[in-house]
Amino acid sequence: MIGLSPLRVDGREKVTGAARYGQDLKLAGMLYAKVKHAEYPHAEILKIDTARAKKIKGVAAVLTAADVPGNTAFGAVIVDNQPLAEDRVRYLGDAVAVVAAETAEIAEKAAAAIKVKYRELPAVFDPREALEPGAPEIHEGGNQINHHKTRKGDVAEGFRQADLVIERSYSTQRVDHTYIETEVVVASLDHDGTLTVEGSHQNIFSIRAAVASFLGLPLSRVRIVQAALGGSFGGKDDCMSVLSCRAGLLALKTGRPVMLSNSRESSLIESYKRHPYFLDYKVGVKRDGTLTAMEIKVVADGGAYASMTPFVTWRSVVHATGPYRVPNVKTDIYGAYTNNTYTGAFRGFGSPQITFAYESLMDEIAGELKLEPLEFRMNNILRDGEITATGQKLDHTVSVGQALQAATSAAGWEEKRRRFSEENRTRLLKRGIGLACSYRGVALGAEGVDATGAIVRIQSDGSIDLTTGLVEMGQGLKTVFSQIAAHELGVPVERVQYRRTDTSTIVDGGPTVASRSTIMGGAAVRKAAIAAREKLCAAAAGELGADPAELTAVGEKIMVASDPDRAIDFTGAVALALAAGMNLSSFAWHVSPPIWWDEEAGKGNAYFTYVYACQVAEIEVDPETGKINVLEVWAAHDVGKAINPEAVRGQICGGVATAIGYGTLEEVELVEGVTKTVNLDEYLIPTAMDVGKIHSIILENPDKYGPYGAKCIAEPTAELCAPAIANAVAHAAGKRIRDLPLNLERIVLGHKLVKKQRRAR
Amino acid sequence: MKKIKLDITVNGVKHSLKVDPNLRLLDLLREELDLTGTKEGCGIGECGACTVILDGKAVNSCLILAGQCAGREIVTIEGLSDGEKLHPLQQAFLDHGAVQCGFCTPGMILSAAALLHANPAPTEDEIRVAISGNLCRCTGYTQIVEAVQAAAGKDKGDWWLQI
Ligand code: FES
Ligand code: FES
Repeated sequence: MIGLSPLRVDGREKVTGAARYGQDLKLAGMLYAKVKHAEYPHAEILKIDTARAKKIKGVAAVLTAADVPGNTAFGAVIVDNQPLAEDRVRYLGDAVAVVAAETAEIAEKAAAAIKVKYRELPAVFDPREALEPGAPEIHEGGNQINHHKTRKGDVAEGFRQADLVIERSYSTQRVDHTYIETEVVVASLDHDGTLTVEGSHQNIFSIRAAVASFLGLPLSRVRIVQAALGGSFGGKDDCMSVLSCRAGLLALKTGRPVMLSNSRESSLIESYKRHPYFLDYKVGVKRDGTLTAMEIKVVADGGAYASMTPFVTWRSVVHATGPYRVPNVKTDIYGAYTNNTYTGAFRGFGSPQITFAYESLMDEIAGELKLEPLEFRMNNILRDGEITATGQKLDHTVSVGQALQAATSAAGWEEKRRRFSEENRTRLLKRGIGLACSYRGVALGAEGVDATGAIVRIQSDGSIDLTTGLVEMGQGLKTVFSQIAAHELGVPVERVQYRRTDTSTIVDGGPTVASRSTIMGGAAVRKAAIAAREKLCAAAAGELGADPAELTAVGEKIMVASDPDRAIDFTGAVALALAAGMNLSSFAWHVSPPIWWDEEAGKGNAYFTYVYACQVAEIEVDPETGKINVLEVWAAHDVGKAINPEAVRGQICGGVATAIGYGTLEEVELVEGVTKTVNLDEYLIPTAMDVGKIHSIILENPDKYGPYGAKCIAEPTAELCAPAIANAVAHAAGKRIRDLPLNLERIVLGHKLVKKQRRAR
Repeated sequence: MKKIKLDITVNGVKHSLKVDPNLRLLDLLREELDLTGTKEGCGIGECGACTVILDGKAVNSCLILAGQCAGREIVTIEGLSDGEKLHPLQQAFLDHGAVQCGFCTPGMILSAAALLHANPAPTEDEIRVAISGNLCRCTGYTQIVEAVQAAAGKDKGDWWLQI
């Protein structure tokens, strides 16, 4: 069962159209809600006139921050995000009022009838300017959200030892998650006073905390239930808290169920994005290609609210040098408030930006030294037992070298590097091949407590209920967790039913983020299933005349491991256990191994283990038009152990496609805070014609901390292809582009076109 | 607004309805007929989540008015399987790991079904063109293309003629 790829347990409902997503929910008497958005990116609210809106027939409630019974703001790290703006709006996605009505059309009309008087305030849209003295202050206390650092050795000394010091600046853009399902919730009040919010939730416990605090309810009276989730990628967290607070408030005030959904337009304007980064790298290197020092400064655009900025930038600070042996390191990262759309968690979480910078840079340095990029990397990569930039000694198999070898040999790297360079002299369309590698800390790391639970309940007929607080968002969690439970109990996967994720069924087990589910949740499921199995073994021991420790569960039987003929049916063992008065519900809790971080010193054992990867991209570029075609990608990822190889492949292919979009197509255009790309005709994501052939190469170096040796896969897949493409473009066209996306204008003109207004607003 | 009379066949069932003249086909299916397997992802014809088959051709139901479908035949994802028995494309999507979040899946399968209806042995490029109006953010399309190829290679009974 472990290492096989059974069909997805939630597949059938998805191919038949039976799966019920948030937009498919319909409750009797349900009202429809709409928000009134801000009209300035930064303004003081002087007066909100709701009188006309309230008079419209069919309107059930028009509410503002003045109606909020609890705390008007929430936030996982910094409490600054207001689902209904109180006295000030800070970006154009803020809401000043929310309406519930009998139909969506009436609600829309009522929202338009709300009149708001503002005093416009000076705004700031560049995070570097926002950190200058005298910049307009967006939140009290200044615009710096956070500053993280790493310190190792002495960079001044490192630069003295260098033969060459190279300085380069890079930038990355704001991109949208573009889950195909936009955000939606339905809030309703139970007769016992419990408020239930069902919808497209990624992190049910953080959303519950926000709703309870906003409405002044105890956590036990707020229930967050996940509907089938149409993609999330880190994106349905804070913005779902916002929707849930607004809809919850309306349900509380009207006593009726309320649906609030974002159209694609509202989703692009309101929901948070990936952080734009401005990165300055200074690197010292010896003639022979040995790195001596790195000094790095990064400014991240946090937008109007802090959201995950402190954690995203912390992940960046830990990994900023890449998987290289650098004796002297000084890294500083600043998160800044601006009046742009806020930024937060997005698959990769602070790594795609820095990977783009350091992997572009590695090729640039190799070029300066006239070394081959692969050889240059092989000489500098971290090896077993070496020390990272944060001073952590790596005590697992450090497989970045293996990943580089695997991906490049599958791609035919050396031959293509040579051949394309020659052929390009005469070819019209230029070919290029580029690579990028990375390391990535698994799970939350020292950013917080990392623990999660699972419940395995064996029913009297031998069917099995599996419950955790972690969610399916398409990645295959239900299937992998069901596989683990089935494996430990010796039954087929079909016997296991993964319960819908609901805050009222299990204690808070943290968020489904940081690619932590398999290693953390999988470990908890395994423990709970083993505990349940031990009960069955204890119950069957007498009947089998053996010691419980000699028994095992295989093939729907409890049997003597050394003598499989002495066996009893799984359901028979269940009956014996129940007859003996045993409790066949097992709860297990899994806590991550100890890790630490010293924020002052900028050092620590940041994560308990790491994964390593390399991707190679082969591209073709038309130097006349600047169009890039990504022809083929080879992606080698060490996952520890692939519990479900087909699902791992799905993660790799999906992550690569996301990164192709990030690298070549996507950018949420904001002009003075106004979103110019408000639907999918203007915000372009890759289609089946934009994504070339993807070859997944799964490497397995089992990790002592993972269930069956498994580590993770979701996020590392999305952090490599953009720099691999940038390096391939440099190989093909001889042009180094240091800003994302690598779009037509940049390749042809060398800079970005100043866009004309494309759409009147 | 005065309602208009509409006779329409959906998944083989004839309906006689009275609808608003500005009702989208998407809303007719989801709201009036409770066929919620057809999804909405953009409302402007860009994502393909709302794809249904209209007289044998894949169309975006968010761009078509219900009134335009008078006397015509529509197949939605709910109409593709034969009771408990999955359509070969549905089965191939499961077998090849082509489903993740599943939100694009109904539209994707219907676009593929319309392709195989018109062209039972498409090349990989033809498959990619046929599904290029269906956005998927999860899979990178690799396993989807494999699934369609596998279904196209299946025993050519008359299953796709059902649409
Ligand atoms: S909803 Fe119809 S194409 Fe997107
Ligand atoms: S499976 Fe999620 S959008 Fe395609």
